[in-house]
Amino acid sequence: MGAVTAPPAAATSATGASFWAATRLVAENEIRSVVRTKGFWITFGLILAGLFALSILPGIFGGDPPTVATVGAEAEQLVSEAGLDTRAVADRAEAEALVRGEEVDAAVVPDPTGESPVGLRVVGLSGAPDELVAALSVAPPVDLLEPFPVSDAVQALVALTFALVFLMFTMAGIAIAQSVVTEKQTRIVEILVATIPVRALLAGKIAGHSILVFTQVAVLALATPLALRLGRQPAVLDLIGDALAWFVPFFILGFVLLGAMWAVAGSVVSRQEDLSSSMSVVMLLVMGPYFAVIFLRDNDLAMTILSYIPFSAAVAMPLRLFADQAQPWEPFVSMLVLAVALVVTVLVASRLYAGSLLHTGGRVRLARAWSGAE
Amino acid sequence: MLSLKSVSRSFGDRQVLDRVSFEVAPGQITGFVGANGAGKTTTMRIILGVIAPHSGTVTWRGEPVTQSVRQRFGYMPEERGLYPKLTVADQVTYLGRLHGLDRATAQRRTARLLERLQLDKRAGDPVERLSMGNQQRVQVAAALVHDPELLILDEPFSGLDPIAIDTVLAVLRERARQGVPVLFSSHQLEVVERLCDRLVIIADGTVRAAGTPQELQTRFGPQRFELVVDDDAGWVRDVPGVKLVDLDGPRAVFDLVDGTGASAAEQAVLREAVRRGPVRGFSPVVPSLAEIFKEVV
Repeated sequence: MGAVTAPPAAATSATGASFWAATRLVAENEIRSVVRTKGFWITFGLILAGLFALSILPGIFGGDPPTVATVGAEAEQLVSEAGLDTRAVADRAEAEALVRGEEVDAAVVPDPTGESPVGLRVVGLSGAPDELVAALSVAPPVDLLEPFPVSDAVQALVALTFALVFLMFTMAGIAIAQSVVTEKQTRIVEILVATIPVRALLAGKIAGHSILVFTQVAVLALATPLALRLGRQPAVLDLIGDALAWFVPFFILGFVLLGAMWAVAGSVVSRQEDLSSSMSVVMLLVMGPYFAVIFLRDNDLAMTILSYIPFSAAVAMPLRLFADQAQPWEPFVSMLVLAVALVVTVLVASRLYAGSLLHTGGRVRLARAWSGAE
Repeated sequence: MLSLKSVSRSFGDRQVLDRVSFEVAPGQITGFVGANGAGKTTTMRIILGVIAPHSGTVTWRGEPVTQSVRQRFGYMPEERGLYPKLTVADQVTYLGRLHGLDRATAQRRTARLLERLQLDKRAGDPVERLSMGNQQRVQVAAALVHDPELLILDEPFSGLDPIAIDTVLAVLRERARQGVPVLFSSHQLEVVERLCDRLVIIADGTVRAAGTPQELQTRFGPQRFELVVDDDAGWVRDVPGVKLVDLDGPRAVFDLVDGTGASAAEQAVLREAVRRGPVRGFSPVVPSLAEIFKEVV
């Protein structure tokens, strides 16, 4: 029954240490419980497979140079100089037969009519073989006064990919909400709250899921050069390198921002069944940037605004940089806005989380959660 | 020594606790008794810092209860909670580590505790595959794994079969013997009677009585005696200062009527009985806890 107590200073430092220790333990537990599920590995495997498919398949289906049947030495020389595969045949009839049989993509034959200025004719099956014609044509050089650095098709693809990656992985934040509800539903939260600071619980959850997602993104980022090399498209890497470098920090901040909101969405309900209703707002904030960027990609003003809104900045700002539409200082300002929004959101979220965590029954109104935290 | 001083708490307009004060001493098992809604769970949640009191203080060894102090408490909440997918051993180890144990110690203590609670064969099973009774044992293990300095258990025996009750009881007694103050709540008065060294009775948010069962019995129980003689004992009802409660031929049970000069009347009954013939039995009747409880509330 002795009144032995630690001196106050030691007690304070013990509290400080235990906050981080608790955060780390919670994060570890979250990671372990996710990694243990099959669904996690299946999903990640599919995403990885998708990345390789996206890089390699275009090369297999559309990327091969056309094969051309040639009649006569002149045609053969010309076509092979253009860098295309040639297949020399005896006469036009044989060449046409190959084209009809789809064994070659087109044929180049001598022009007996004299109609052609170069003395050759191109034979195709159902449409003009543009690639072959372009390779054989001579065009005057073009000087662009305001050249667009990246082709529109590539821009669209990159926009879609960034938005998709952001969408997929921020949706993975749903796991945070589910984990919060699981603890509420099973009531283990009461033991947790009695043992560690509520904010350590929140921080550990967000940290654990963030580490998981960042690791997945890092693996994807490392696999991308490999996939592009396998798909013989190394040039794409040079193009997206800068945008990718900005995308990563924006993505990290953006994910944590939404992670805090997922946690609140989980804490205001008491059962998994009620989760979908409380998650709808966060879902909107995740889907919003995805669709906005896809539909408003050509609208400079809209993209400028989107690149400063914290929820869409992670996608919009790297894309504007990619398209050379942003000043060099802009990403820094946007990131500052995002960081401030992040700090405010985390502070508000941790209060809402603490205020609603022990309420059971119906959905907790945010105002009540706010005043419930004491 | 855990000490609550004048702790009050309300939810909205409803006053749930009104100036609750009591102490839980080391080495003693203190039973916290009250009807549903009397304020037991709220009091325990306040001790554990799960909710805050609106006024009053909770101190442990004379110091306010902070987060780091609380980490050394063991708590078993009324609404049981465990991670359904986690295995029994992982679960207990994780909670041990949250209480500040390092991994090796947590694992060692988990193994020992599961064996003690006869759960070692289920250590690798996910909790959701266990029966309710076994889940309850896991919950006990979770509250004990870090060798807490203080144990707070909310209805630890509800849902347990008699054998499990004995196992858990033995574990709690062992902790109390080591000097750990144990506070547990229950509405099963028979269990409380068997187990606890001290009692705190709460009703409508106020402490109505506290003390050892014997203290409470002498303080609140009516002074009741049983007399057994050879012949009919009906004459007892005519002795002044005595109220006959039960008569069954030669056996009479009577209370002393208050305000008649303490314990003189039962002696008068005994003298009269001896005068009339042989006395086969004469003893005070100790009221059960349930009777005291009814009296107090």
